Amino acid sequence: MSFSDPSPLSAAPGASVRAVHDEFHGDLLEVSMGPHHPSTHGVFRMMVTLDGETVVKLKPVFGYLHRNHEKIGENTSYLGSMPYTDRLDYLCSMTNNWAYALAVEKLAGQAVPERAEYLRVILAELTRLLNHTCLAGFLLQDCGASGTPLMYAFREREKILDLFESLSGSRMMCNYQRFGGCRVDAPAGWLDAARALTDGYGSFLDEYEALLTGNEILMARTQGIGCLSAKLAVSAGVTGPLLRAAGVAYDLRKVDGYGFYPRFDFRVPLGAHGDTYDRYMVRVLEMRESIRILQQALRDIPAGPIMDPKAKLRGFRPKPGEVYSRIEGPKGEIGFHLISEGGPNPYRYRVRPPSLINLTILEDLCLGHSIADAVVILGSIDIVLGEVDR
Amino acid sequence: METPDQIRDRLLSRFPGAAVSLISNPGPAAQHSLLLDAADARAIATFLRDDPGLQLDFCSNVTGVDWPDREIVETTRTSTPDPAGGPAKVVEQKTKRLQPGCLEVVYHLYSVALLHGPVVLRLRTGNRSDQVSLPSLTPVWRACEFQEREVFDLFGVVFEGHPDLRRILMWDGFKDHPMRKDYVEPDDYEWEPTPHGDVLAKAKRHYPTPAPAVVKEEPKP
Repeated sequence: MSFSDPSPLSAAPGASVRAVHDEFHGDLLEVSMGPHHPSTHGVFRMMVTLDGETVVKLKPVFGYLHRNHEKIGENTSYLGSMPYTDRLDYLCSMTNNWAYALAVEKLAGQAVPERAEYLRVILAELTRLLNHTCLAGFLLQDCGASGTPLMYAFREREKILDLFESLSGSRMMCNYQRFGGCRVDAPAGWLDAARALTDGYGSFLDEYEALLTGNEILMARTQGIGCLSAKLAVSAGVTGPLLRAAGVAYDLRKVDGYGFYPRFDFRVPLGAHGDTYDRYMVRVLEMRESIRILQQALRDIPAGPIMDPKAKLRGFRPKPGEVYSRIEGPKGEIGFHLISEGGPNPYRYRVRPPSLINLTILEDLCLGHSIADAVVILGSIDIVLGEVDR
Repeated sequence: METPDQIRDRLLSRFPGAAVSLISNPGPAAQHSLLLDAADARAIATFLRDDPGLQLDFCSNVTGVDWPDREIVETTRTSTPDPAGGPAKVVEQKTKRLQPGCLEVVYHLYSVALLHGPVVLRLRTGNRSDQVSLPSLTPVWRACEFQEREVFDLFGVVFEGHPDLRRILMWDGFKDHPMRKDYVEPDDYEWEPTPHGDVLAKAKRHYPTPAPAVVKEEPKP
């Protein structure tokens, strides 16, 4: 669908809605959704052009939370950026930490002890459970199910956050990984608490799915909405559950086999249609696989040191070199590109933000759907603005 | 997967006349990269995407690197033997050389079809002031769309052929490019009602001290 571009935004201060006359479509309505809108998951704005209720053009606008994370990273020591990575995707600080620690370990050629690798897998999978549970709650909230599914999700999330707090001292800003291991060992009884949570999580998912998966309203609102083709998904650099919902088997835990993932037995769920329902369903199935990984990891975790004894935290200066390293975060591929010139700070510190790149296809998914569906589609992409804007 | 050497040789035989050189990475990760000529970059990128042996269909990461002008001091030592048989006389001579700076754009490519990667591509601008345009690779990989906008916004590289090249993180009226190494933030960037420390110094620099207010004497009745 193409039409002459209606003149740029209304010049009137504070104007957010205005009518545009177009010879072919008649009257179009330009709506500025956001930045303060409950469905945009933060300060995110969509410039939507509507023909009746149908979206004919959509341009995402962001940068409201921009604080130039990368520049700050270049002016800070390597370790100094570690707590700051928590603030990227503030729901998944453990995987952000791991992605950064892994990149620096590759840059400096460091090894990680076995127990630390197991702890990293356990924490990453707990983060995945946490993120996907919350996302299912947010998605239902966007569909109009006010409160109830989100409260169920947040009840479970709080149990995982309790585990994070007892391990790292902080619920969300964990700052837990270090180059060459982890900061502290799990306290007495922590692994048992994690086992108890993992064993009970399946029954929570059963309960949650009994409420949602077969729900008529959810199916009507999500099936056939926002279909993403596999070809576009790969070309647009979409990663994570979105890519797998489009039917592309590309999970970095299998492809790159970083950490100890090759030791665990798990499957990669794939979608068949690439619509919003598939994106929801892939995440639910991923949670079930995460539980399997957690059970194996909690069964096999050995005793031993959690930090490489040769690792140097203070006065850490990696040799000149460059690295790009990535892991499978709950939202997609989170990567770090670091260039070292031998100094205490990285010369270049770049974060590959999965949320930002997954937004590339937002307009393609929304065209031709109603404005209410655009809200649900945005919810199914799963963005966190701390990471989009950096 | 082919090594970067093999890819370069194949590119050179496929595109005679193109300048493709290998940049080695001394770090333990050893991710070597290919430096492409701006003129042939899009043709080479399309070839890398479509070649059945490589199928680099997934452009994961696009980023910029700023390399300012550098003064490189080279020391040359010349030793002249002492005719009397004593220790040789060593003369050190220092020569200064200016290495011109550039802006660099780095692309990390993977293959979803063949599950390999990364292949790292680099493009360099002529300088950092007036020759800053490079061909956009968005027509080849859609994933570059937002990331090239970000490089344009934060580094100031102008991508020719980009469908929608606007600022993405900074606001539209913003002038400078904050990720450049020589970026200086404006004095009035940070405003505080009760400034102290660095912010106070900046506020003083930016807002000159106001002249003392002239009090008018009102005529007494």
